[in-house]
Amino acid sequence: MTYIAKPRVSHPGLPKNELGLTSRDYEGAVSTLCAGCGHDSVTAAIIQAVFELNVEPHMLAKMSGIGCSSKTPAYFVSQSHGFNSVHGRMPSVTTGANAGNRDLMYIGVSGDGDSLSIGVGQFVHAIRRNLNMCYVIENNGVYGLTKGQFSASADIGSLPKKGMPNQQEPIDPVSTALSLGATYIARSFSGDKEQLVPLLKGALLHSGFSLVDIISPCVTFNDHEGSTKSYAHTREFYHHVVNIDYVHPSEEIKAAYAEGEAMPIHLHGGDTIVLRKVDEGYDPTSRASAFKFLRDRFNAGEITTGLLYVNESREEMHELMHNADTPLSKLKFEDLNPGAAELEKLQRRFR
Amino acid sequence: MAAVNDVVIKIATVNGTGSASANGLLRKSIFRMGVPVVGKNYFPSNIQGLPTWYEIRVTGDGYHARSNRVDVMVAMNAQTYARDMAEVVPGGWLIYDSTWPRSALLNRDDISVIGIPLSRMCNERFDGARARILMKNIAYVGAIAALLDIDLDVITALLEETFAAKEHLIASNMEAIRLGHDYAREHFACPLPVHVERMDATKGHIVIDGNTAAGLGCVYAGATVGAWYPITPSTSLMDAFRTYCSKYRVDPETEKRTYCIIQAEDELAAIGMVLGANWVGARSFTPTSGPGISLMSEFIGFAYYAEIPAVIFNVQRTGPSTGMPTRTQQCDIVSCAYASHGDTMHVLLFPADPAECFYMAPLAFDLSERLQTPIMVLSDLDIGMNDWMVPELEWDENYVPDRGKVLGAEELEQMDKFYRYLDVDGDGITYRTLPGEHPKGAYFTRGSGHSKLGGYTEDSDEYQEVVDRLLVKWETARNMVPEAEIRYSKFNKAAILTYGSGDGACKEALDRLEARNIGLNYCRVKAFPFTEAVRSFIEQHEVVYVVEQNRDAQFRTLLINDIDADQNKLVPLLHYNGMPINAGFVVEKVLEEIAKGRAA
Repeated sequence: MTYIAKPRVSHPGLPKNELGLTSRDYEGAVSTLCAGCGHDSVTAAIIQAVFELNVEPHMLAKMSGIGCSSKTPAYFVSQSHGFNSVHGRMPSVTTGANAGNRDLMYIGVSGDGDSLSIGVGQFVHAIRRNLNMCYVIENNGVYGLTKGQFSASADIGSLPKKGMPNQQEPIDPVSTALSLGATYIARSFSGDKEQLVPLLKGALLHSGFSLVDIISPCVTFNDHEGSTKSYAHTREFYHHVVNIDYVHPSEEIKAAYAEGEAMPIHLHGGDTIVLRKVDEGYDPTSRASAFKFLRDRFNAGEITTGLLYVNESREEMHELMHNADTPLSKLKFEDLNPGAAELEKLQRRFR
Repeated sequence: MAAVNDVVIKIATVNGTGSASANGLLRKSIFRMGVPVVGKNYFPSNIQGLPTWYEIRVTGDGYHARSNRVDVMVAMNAQTYARDMAEVVPGGWLIYDSTWPRSALLNRDDISVIGIPLSRMCNERFDGARARILMKNIAYVGAIAALLDIDLDVITALLEETFAAKEHLIASNMEAIRLGHDYAREHFACPLPVHVERMDATKGHIVIDGNTAAGLGCVYAGATVGAWYPITPSTSLMDAFRTYCSKYRVDPETEKRTYCIIQAEDELAAIGMVLGANWVGARSFTPTSGPGISLMSEFIGFAYYAEIPAVIFNVQRTGPSTGMPTRTQQCDIVSCAYASHGDTMHVLLFPADPAECFYMAPLAFDLSERLQTPIMVLSDLDIGMNDWMVPELEWDENYVPDRGKVLGAEELEQMDKFYRYLDVDGDGITYRTLPGEHPKGAYFTRGSGHSKLGGYTEDSDEYQEVVDRLLVKWETARNMVPEAEIRYSKFNKAAILTYGSGDGACKEALDRLEARNIGLNYCRVKAFPFTEAVRSFIEQHEVVYVVEQNRDAQFRTLLINDIDADQNKLVPLLHYNGMPINAGFVVEKVLEEIAKGRAA
């Protein structure tokens, strides 16, 4: 956690968004992560995404658990409420917060330890509920704060700095989310901001559970030769299949997107994302083919990235439960309390 | 043996055979005759096939506890026949299904045996295995009605209400009642010397269980988010919340709901959801039992330190571990008071009956939002799942929920800067803000070390300043929690102190002791931390019998720990076999202590 205040000096010529805010207004405290940490690049991408989406800072809620990744909500949008909960429990807190106020935009930042080991139960159940949130996993294959133990996402054969290679099957958050019916699933790399920012924008705007699994190398404990989560390894085996562009509601969708290579997807809130296939063999709207493709490429040693699955038709948690449109936290007490006369009446059956 | 309106009827059946509705009919009929009743369910942790008992205490004196005797046993379960018969008080009665012969080996010459061929009669009159089983239950109600002189018109009226929508069932049920009733009348002298006579002592009262009352209380408190993981004996609390929400919280036109019930994946998630919802300003709660508290402890400590409201109903059951999930105890006192690692203390409320479960629901929400901390309502299986006669519940239309110190958008707009953990009023309670209100209200909620300004800290002084301020808040809580119920008898140096479901047995014991010229003073504590009145009550006495339902005198430990009570004065009287405490136990233990020289 940081306790270093960031100087508030900004260039007068900085571009402003529709709210009149500059990207500096979306920054947070100074990061205390290691120099070169992939997570800081993700933080920068989140700042850019919410700035460009014109998100009102106080309408964003930043949720996290415990670990290096979970510290990062302190490093972006300091004008938003943040909730740094306990290890592996960010999804439940976000579920409750969203249940209480559905109007906020929820971004949860987690790591592979936080989401795939101690918090794997909460991770999968948030997906099952199709909780309307953007769930970011900063995935580096190791525990950083406790100094380099393997996490559940470490690949078989990946080498630690010291000791034996990992022999256990990794848990892949993307295929896990796919099997559980998550409605927006992306994978990216902290070193590819160009791909990551639009993926985050789509994830933030998507109605329902969106997962953005981001390979985010740990420079201190997992960036050496023999690690499958290093910068070098990720760059070498990184394979884009579908990139996306975010289209502002005011923009017209250009006719130039020829069928078969580009596909506009209309989001609930009125925004549009356009999918651009890089690999023609990939269909991001089919769970079955996505599964097979991901498995095949994984076996070939590739890291498949991009928007890997999207389904805009499934209802999110509140819609599934027929909950009021007004956030429950905003309802007036008078509208919630049945009153004295009704209490008198309902007790007849207890006599 | 002869008594009017002072009789205990125990019905032994097999669970899953539909006897609950027959037993309810019997209990309600007596209540409708104006006679106070207590209904206790002793059931197995099982779905079908194991022994279960329902005990109805007819108590003209209006006592609340169970009685430690059985006058009339209805032995419908061959599996438990021997022990059921053994339990009948000398001079009592045993009713059994005489369709099948009784074992000649099992007999007692000090009780009267009443054989009624319930199965045979029902098999002759009804078709289908299920109907025959259900009607056999109704038939024993008819037999008891004859033997105890319960008004058939009252039973008829109840059946008509119950089956208003299924009229054909009224006739068949009445027929079954008649079968049992007429047989008993023809073959035995009715009524028995112990029986029921009309009174006028139930007007203005209802019979309700604590979980139903607590669930209803949450609806009235304006709770909107309920998160839970099913666990006996708390499950029916959320069932009740759901029932009343579906009645009062669904828009008739749009069918949209102004409540959200989430069945969590486990208790760790349930409490996380409660914290999240309260953090955004929705009143949110979770019902659970002991094992759930163990799992929730990490988050409870988080909520204590990050200062997030939460309401937890702990319907206690017999521990440790899985223990006896369908038996009662007050065994989570210490684990709740100090739940979680580090220096943590939590405000506890102790309802004594279902009515207090109802009233303590809005109180718990008020306290949790005012104090910005978890509040645990410590009910138990006896209160939560048994049938208690209590005064009709009332709602004060002037009630305004206390949402505590929450800054809104306008106040924030006018502030220079907001700091989350700054105590500006000296009561240890700081202002909070809700997400979505105003950018100036933003702060970072964290369980890691933080300063009064809300920032992360590893600085000793900054850390200590915050945890010391929480002690100031603790003293504020002490002045806000409900006052103990204190009763003085004649001049006396000895007293009974209890809490929660110990109340009924203790009050009855006080009457019985009084009849022996032993007048004890009484203190029934309603909350932790302990108030000044509790402290001075103990100070005033030479001996205080602390009556509780656990092995380790946990409440006594709290008294010593929280208010430095003199442990030599505090004599533990402990009842922890899983059955609800009864007055006989308290009387016996007090007399033993007196005999030992701790004179009253």
